[in-house]
Parts: sequence; C-alpha cells; structure tokens
Amino acid sequence: MTTRGATATLLAGHPTLVAIAKRIGVRLLAGVGVLWGAATLSFIALHVTAGDAALSTVAGQGANPTKEVLDQVRRDLGLDQPLYHQYLDYLGRLLHGDLGRSYQQRIAVSQAISEQLGQTVQLAVAAAAVAVLLAIAAAVLTARRRPWRSIASGVELTLSATPTFVIGIVLLIVFSFTLKVLPVSGNDGPRALILPTLTLALPIGAVLAQVLRGELEEVLEQPFILTARSRGMRDTVVRVRHALRHALVQIVTMSGFVVGGLLGGAVITETLFVRQGVGQLMLSAVTTKDIPMVLGLVVFAAFVYVVVNLLVDIAYTVIDPRLVTR
Amino acid sequence: MTSLLEVTGLKVSFHGTTVVDGVSFTLQRGECLALVGESGSGKSVTTRTLVGLPGYGARVHAERLRFDGTDVTGFTDRTWRRVRGARIGFVLQDAMASLDPLRPVGREIAEPLALHTSMNRAARAARVHELLHSVGVPEPEVRAAQYPHQLSGGLRQRALIASAIACGPELLLADEPTTALDATVALQVLDLLGSLKGNSGGLLIVSHDLAVVARLADRVAVMKNGRIVELGDTEAVLQDPQHPYTKALLAAVPSEHAKGTRLSAVERPAASAPVSVPVPAPAGTPVLTAVELRKSFPGPDGVARIAVEDVSLTLRAGETLGIVGESGSGKSTTARLLLGLETPDAGEVRVDGTPWTALTPEQQRAHRRRLQIVYQDPLSSFDPRYTVDRVIGEALGVAGYPRGTRRRDRTVELLEMVALDAGYLRRRPLELSGGQRQRVAVARALAAEPEVIVCDEPVSALDVSVQAQILDLLADLQARLRVAYLFISHDLGVVYHASDRVLVMRQGRVLESGDVRSVFTDPQHDYTRELLAAIPRLTTRSAQPPTPLGVS
Repeated sequence: MTTRGATATLLAGHPTLVAIAKRIGVRLLAGVGVLWGAATLSFIALHVTAGDAALSTVAGQGANPTKEVLDQVRRDLGLDQPLYHQYLDYLGRLLHGDLGRSYQQRIAVSQAISEQLGQTVQLAVAAAAVAVLLAIAAAVLTARRRPWRSIASGVELTLSATPTFVIGIVLLIVFSFTLKVLPVSGNDGPRALILPTLTLALPIGAVLAQVLRGELEEVLEQPFILTARSRGMRDTVVRVRHALRHALVQIVTMSGFVVGGLLGGAVITETLFVRQGVGQLMLSAVTTKDIPMVLGLVVFAAFVYVVVNLLVDIAYTVIDPRLVTR
Repeated sequence: MTSLLEVTGLKVSFHGTTVVDGVSFTLQRGECLALVGESGSGKSVTTRTLVGLPGYGARVHAERLRFDGTDVTGFTDRTWRRVRGARIGFVLQDAMASLDPLRPVGREIAEPLALHTSMNRAARAARVHELLHSVGVPEPEVRAAQYPHQLSGGLRQRALIASAIACGPELLLADEPTTALDATVALQVLDLLGSLKGNSGGLLIVSHDLAVVARLADRVAVMKNGRIVELGDTEAVLQDPQHPYTKALLAAVPSEHAKGTRLSAVERPAASAPVSVPVPAPAGTPVLTAVELRKSFPGPDGVARIAVEDVSLTLRAGETLGIVGESGSGKSTTARLLLGLETPDAGEVRVDGTPWTALTPEQQRAHRRRLQIVYQDPLSSFDPRYTVDRVIGEALGVAGYPRGTRRRDRTVELLEMVALDAGYLRRRPLELSGGQRQRVAVARALAAEPEVIVCDEPVSALDVSVQAQILDLLADLQARLRVAYLFISHDLGVVYHASDRVLVMRQGRVLESGDVRSVFTDPQHDYTRELLAAIPRLTTRSAQPPTPLGVS
C-alpha cells in the first residue's frame, strides 16, 4: 500500500507519466488475455489432433507396451481425468509458472526451454540487429536516389521472395563449400553464428528495407526536411537526424512481424545448420507429440510476443511524444 | 556598395516544364522586397533557388545570381551548406509542418548553431533562450523544451523564425510566413519580421496576399506564370497598379468599399466600374434556430472544457449569417451542433421550427439533407479515388436521384452552376486546383437542394484571387437559389464581405452580434476592435489609416 501510495504521489503532478502508466496497464491486461487465449487454443488443438499421448510417451521405436503400463502412465499424467479437469489443472499450473514435464525428455518443460534458449536468443538477437541495420542502411542511402534506389529495391524483392532454406543453402555453397571460410554447422563460436544469422536476417531485413524506404520517401517530402536543409545540414545527416526517426515508427510497428519471422525462421535455420536451440526443440516436440512441450513452447512464444509488443508501445511514446499528450 | 541579392534572368524548370521563366530583381541591405502571386506562379521555387534548394529534378539557369557580390551559380552543395542557415535564413509557412514534430523546438533552434558555430552545448542552450526571448516567446526555458504541437500557432511560427535567425543571417527569406495564422497573430508575426529587417540586412517575403505584405514591404514584385509582371515601390504598386493582373489581385481583397460588389475579375473587363453582385431578396422565415446552446468536451486531464456556452442564433431563408472568431472560439462546434452532428448539453436547435431532439432518426436524416456543409479543405472530405462524377453522383443518390441519365444530367447541371463543365466529370480531387475543388464541394452541397449551407472556413485555404471567385460564386448562388449560409471564418474581411449579419465569438461565447455593417463600423466590444485592427489593409505604412474597416 505504501509503495502504491508513493507511486501515486509520484505520478500525481505528471499527466504525461500518468498517461504512460495507464497505457502500459491496459496493455498488460491485454497481454494476460493473449497468453490465456494462446494456452487455451493450443490445448484444444492438441487434444483434438494429437492421438494417444500415453502411447507416444512410453513408446520407443517399435515398442508394444501392455494395457496396464499405458493405464499407469495415463493415471500418472492425469490423462484419465475429464478434459475440462485437465484444462483447469493445466491453467492452474500455468499460473504458478509451471509449464509441465516433457513426455519425451522427462525434464521440466521450462528447464528444457531455458537450456536451449541461450543459443536461439543469440541467433535471434544477432539476426534482428543485422536485419534492422541492413534495412536502415539500404533505406537511408538509397531513398530518392536513382539509380541506387531501383537496384536496392530489386535485390530486396528477390530476397524477400526467396524461402529461408534456399538462402541458407546458397550461403552454405558459397561461403562454406566453395570459399571454405565459414563452418558448415555447429554451435561453437561466433564464426558458426555468421551464416545462420545472415540466413535469418536477409529476408526480414529486405522486407523492412522496403517499408522503411517507402516511409522515408514520404517523410522527405515534408516541409521540416526543407527547413533542416535550409539550415545548412548535409542531406544524409538530415535523413538520419530528422527523417529516420519518423520512418522508424513504421519499423517499430512491424516488430511483431519481425519476431514472428525470427521464431519461424529459427526452426528452419537451426535445422539447416544443425544448431541447438528452441527451434530444434519445437520441431522435435511436434514430431514426437510431446504435448506439454508444444504447449509450453506456444505459451512461451506468446509471452515473447506480449513482452515485445509492450516494449513497442513504450518505444512509440519515446519516439513520438505526440502520442502521450495528444 | 554591392546589392545583397542580384538576380537576372533566373530560369528554373522541372522535367522540361518551366516554372520560373526569366525572373530578375535586386535586394539591397536593409530593404524588404515582397514576391506576390498565386499558387503555381513560381514564387516559392524562386525563393528556394536562392538557398540552392530548388527541389528534386530542378534545372536552374541564371544570367546572374549573386549573393553579396559572390556568384552562386556554380555553388556545389558543400559551398551552399556554408551559406544556408549562416548567412541566409529561411522561414517556411505553417510551422506545424516546418518544424520537426518529434523534436523539442529548442533543439531545432540550436541546430544551425551546432552547424555553423563552435558554441558548446551550454552556450547553445543559452543562445536559444536569448533567441526565443528576442522573437517574443514568453518563458523561453519552458518553451524550448516543448514540442511544436504543444505550442500555439503564433508561438510555433516565432520559434521557426528564431531558428532561421539563430546565426544572424544577412538575408532572411520568408515564404508565406503568416498564411496559417489567425489575423491578430499574423499581424504580430509580420511586425516581428519587420523589426528583424534592420539587423538581418535584407528580407524577402513571399505571399499570395498583397494586403499582407503591403504593411512590410518597401518594394513589391508581382509574379504570374513564372514571370515578374510588375515591380515597383509598394506605394506605387498599390496606388497605381499598371498590369491588369496586379489590378485583379488588388480588387480581389475584400475591403470596405468592395462589399456588395464582385471581387473576381473573371467576368469583368479590367478598369470598368465595380459590378454589383445580385442582391438577394430580403431574408425570409427562420430556417435554423439555436436557443442557448451549451456544449463541453472532456479535456486530456478528464476535466470538462466548455466549447460553446449560451449561444443563440437565427438563420433566415436566403440570408448569410457570419460567425467570426479565432481558432478555439467555438465556431466549428456551434456549426456541428446546428447540423445535429453533436448533441448540445443544454439548449435546443430547431430546423424549420422543429427541434432536432423531437425527430425520429428517420426524420433527422430527411432534415439533415436540407442542411449541407462546405469545409475548408475539400481534399480531405473527398475520397481521393472518386471522380468528380462519383462525388456529386453519390450526393445525388442520397437526395433520391436514381442512377441513370437523369442523375448524369443533374450532375452536369450542378457543375455548370459552379462554373465548371462536363469536362471535369472524369477528374479526381488531386487533378483539380484548390479553387476547382471548392467548386465541386459547393456543387456536392447543392445536390440535395438544401435550405442551409454551412460554410466552415470555405476560403481560408485559398489564394486571394481564388477566394474572390468562390465568394462571388456563393453570392450568385444565394441570389439564384435563396439558400441561407452560415459563414464561419477567422478572417474578418471575408466575413464582412460575405455576411448580412454577424456573430463575434470568443472562448465559446457570443461577444457581439448584429448587422454586419454596424458591428464593423461601431464595435461595442474591445475584442471586436482588436480583430478589426488586425485586418490586413491595402495601404502602406506611411498611409496607415487609424480607423477600422468600414469607417469613412
């Protein structure tokens, strides 16, 4: 109560902070709703389609467990309970942060995810950074500058239309097999990260560059750009200092697309380069019908989305102060 | 002594289209030259060329283009950058769009200082406060940290001027510096520019409105189609214009003696006596009545703000009632209440004697058709993909015209009423000029054969010459159709010209009302007097009349 009181006093004289706090509060509530929805939908989907979880839990290749064994497993896993009971049970555990135990790996799902997370975060963060930097460089340097504009735009269109695995294979052929400068696969060291990062970053960066350039060209028409240039500022500096910030709003809006692209792309990239990571984990969980693992990963992905969108919302208010005071 | 600016035979073209066609003029130190002309006359491109920023794809050629004796025709971007902001300052119109909306104004003002001086951050901040103070911005420390959208229009424009004069340039270029401002604020900004003239060396001011620049300029250059058609001392140009186009521009300004006459020169041979507009029949029965309207909106902090308080008015068939006031005075809210687009918190609006509230939604729709509106910016009220045919056709559909030849014929008829023709049917809004768009907006309003047209700042976005044509058109249509206008504007000159009676509004209340001539000749309220004093007049500084408009 005292902290809340103190916070309220702190916020009182600051309509801006109050507005931001309100915004974040509303988004947090919505985020909880999204998580609940994701958990529920995937729970339903899996129970409709997954087949016999008990069988897939005990069944190794060609095993033929007795009915007694299967019943025992069902009891242990709570699969003999009515579906709504399983659902409430699942939600209850979720509230306590318990994602359940993997049928296959026989460890806690949260443990399995956290073990693999580091590798994927490395890859995803590196790829996101490369994608955004490439997009910014391509857009700032080529917007409204012919013929560079058309050349860059053509390359971007090709890249965004090419499937991730094709890009990966081409990169492998060029840099690993022909030039032999980078390793083919593995998780060790930054050198092994270069090709997977590029594979993941190029198609995302290409789409971002297209959007960013379009936005930038619109902003460059604005009178305040002319004003800035009339002060004696270099064209490229005007683009970076004045125009880019406006155009970045659009990139921030697209961060949902970026996160989606990174998660989906990670599955393919990690498989292609035989890297450990959440993507691989997801692939094996789906192929072995490891229900708690799939559910856990879906909830985890939804959680990442919610957090990213919350950050995006805060980023908006930092980039565009008009959103708060308007 | 060399001229500050020397321009001879300046030509600028874009992709083969010549926009500036052989412009020549000079500007001395301590002098103010005004470039006057309508949109598309090439005045803005001329100005931009003077800082080496004519625009993308421009080809510039000049026999002579000298700034302070230095030939600038061969300047590279690098050499230009040392001049821009340092020796030549540039003020664009509408500071809302001309200041970066995402940066505090203080940082914008500091930008030229960072580029052209060796001042450190603290010194720049101190200089920004000094500059804001010198352009008349109160509380410079507070204002410097604010964003453009947090400042009023006048303060914004002052901040923009501060950024242009930050490095003490010898030449200041101002392109329509007061166009987006209310009259009283515009006057203050003009006076500020005038006071800067002495220490900034030279001032080149660009405007479509002769009356605006007359106050400031020593000499005037009138531009049309990329050429200067008349150049001379301000007094000579105003008193004894030589070129027919200058005469037309002068005649287009609504003034005390122009009331009841045509403003546009379209159908009138130059130099003939003023042609009277047809006088409408005396006002008839009340068509729209408002009784003690009151409306408040919640502000950003949740506290209700009164937008309209105790407003009563009567609009009779065939008359024009003007509402005049500055931004935020409640004019537009009043209009929305009258149209039934907002529900008053208290009070009542009656259409033909029946209160809005007593009508069923069905009846309200039928009534609403009899009330139409024309907005300031028709571009934003048209679907950009619609053709003129479809814009008007849609309105006719609502008015009960079935699709087919009858609707098509009526569309053409409406276009002819607003002095356009069938050739415009296939055009889209972006392919029309501002004046043509406003004509289409009027035609659309007429489609439903309304009794009342609410004109909300109908000419505020237009050049003076086009404004004159639209005002004439509205007068003609009123005489012909006996439609009543509710004419809302912040421009007193326009309201005086267009209205029979007038309400002066401020902060949601009616300060004064009555016959337009008596309100203007014998204002009862100080605020009305202040507004009247701010009307730009076609007189020079030496011959400034002490009397408000209408007193003779």
